[in-house]
Amino acid sequence: GPGGGAPLENANPLVYRRSGERPVTAREEDDELPDSIDDREIFDLIRSINDPEHPLTLEELNVVEQVRVKVNDAESTVAVEFTPTIPHCSMATLIGLSIKVKLIRSLPERFKLDVHITPGTHASEHAVNKQLADKERVAAALENSHLLEVVNQCLSARS
Amino acid sequence: RAGVGGAACRRGRGVSPAGGQQGCSPPGSGWSCRAVLGEGHQRTVRRVAWSPCGSYLASASFDATTCIWKKQEDGFECVTTLEGHENEVKSVAWAPSGTLLATCSRDKSVWVWEVDEEEEYECVSVLNSHTQDVKHVVWHPNQELLASASYDDTVKLYHEEEDDWVCCATLEGHESTVWSVAFDRSGERLASCSDDKTVRIWRQYKPGNEEGVACSGTDPTWKCVCNLSGYHTRTIYDVAWCHLTGALATACGDDAIRVFEESASSDPQQPTFGLAAHNSPGRAVTLHCSASVLRTSVEAEPSRKKRPRVSFSRHMSLMARAVFPVSFLE
Repeated sequence: GPGGGAPLENANPLVYRRSGERPVTAREEDDELPDSIDDREIFDLIRSINDPEHPLTLEELNVVEQVRVKVNDAESTVAVEFTPTIPHCSMATLIGLSIKVKLIRSLPERFKLDVHITPGTHASEHAVNKQLADKERVAAALENSHLLEVVNQCLSARS
Repeated sequence: RAGVGGAACRRGRGVSPAGGQQGCSPPGSGWSCRAVLGEGHQRTVRRVAWSPCGSYLASASFDATTCIWKKQEDGFECVTTLEGHENEVKSVAWAPSGTLLATCSRDKSVWVWEVDEEEEYECVSVLNSHTQDVKHVVWHPNQELLASASYDDTVKLYHEEEDDWVCCATLEGHESTVWSVAFDRSGERLASCSDDKTVRIWRQYKPGNEEGVACSGTDPTWKCVCNLSGYHTRTIYDVAWCHLTGALATACGDDAIRVFEESASSDPQQPTFGLAAHNSPGRAVTLHCSASVLRTSVEAEPSRKKRPRVSFSRHMSLMARAVFPVSFLE
């Protein structure tokens, strides 16, 4: 990963087991009925995002959990809470940004996205949340080719 | 008015005076794209502003520069590029006199520039009062007083005192980023809008005022006299105060434009505003000052079936749905 030779902040993270494949329902099989977007679908989009430092996904590190995803398709809102592995994790903004970018690229434009830190799990959660909520800051940051490259690496499928 | 039109910014690099999207002006609307100024900036153009005389256009960009364009017979020419900000310029505004310009940036500063008859621009002040990004600057309608809105949750006011620009007031009260400010016609009041989903109205009280509001020295005090909360469900990005009718319009991240009118029985010290019109996607609103508000465009959605899932690998299109800038045509 981009960490290079520097020591990892959290060298021995807890690793969680991935949840299994989602069972397909009869309603979903029917092509005539529109599917509404639900918590599981959003979770499926973000679970495989790579952590910037460890060769693990956000799901495996329990940074994202399905229970912390709240979707309201009718109101076009998605809220995702993510839990940094340690309270002083310096990658928190980058992880939140990666989640946000993944959702922006994957969901219809009508969706309003709210990505924030699970309350009480990070020393700078207010500051990080405020940055992630500021669309102008996010847009400007992603015009930085180096940062965009790092985000894209988090979002790329691991071989 | 001949020679005065709207100006639109695009994500990417172009500035298009007087028109909507390239090639997409609604038929019969009377608008056509006259020029695309694509060579001035290297990054997103964030804001444009016409000079009071109408001959110049200023464009503020994420590339940290502000270009000044002069109207020629056959188009626009970039007459100068104002440099100095360390990172994205968020806003630019001309003072009514036409000889002063203000810019602001994520670098937390507000710059005041002076232009002379030879079209020479000079920075006359760098104001470092804010502690975070400055989102917007706007001039008072008839005094050389400047207002700025910031990520630090405050509004600040500046004027010249003995040849130096200073911050003469800080308006505190918003609980999150202030995205924009607007003065009313008289300049006695200021409206601010915020990520905290409220619009606040502030009133100026000069030293020796009848209401007994304390002032320090010769500077007026600004007090919050109205807090419009509960109307907006997401960040409010812009506010505009109509100088003809006194109506307030807001642009909100919940895809709606709201127009507020002051009630007839409004007390100047505690004004009350009520919602006059509410535009949701699909309904057009006509405002009293002969400005038509365009509906936000509704994009057709791709198939909502899950398999195969259409995945978007397009540019981030953050501004597409939310209503971002709003202004009244004078």
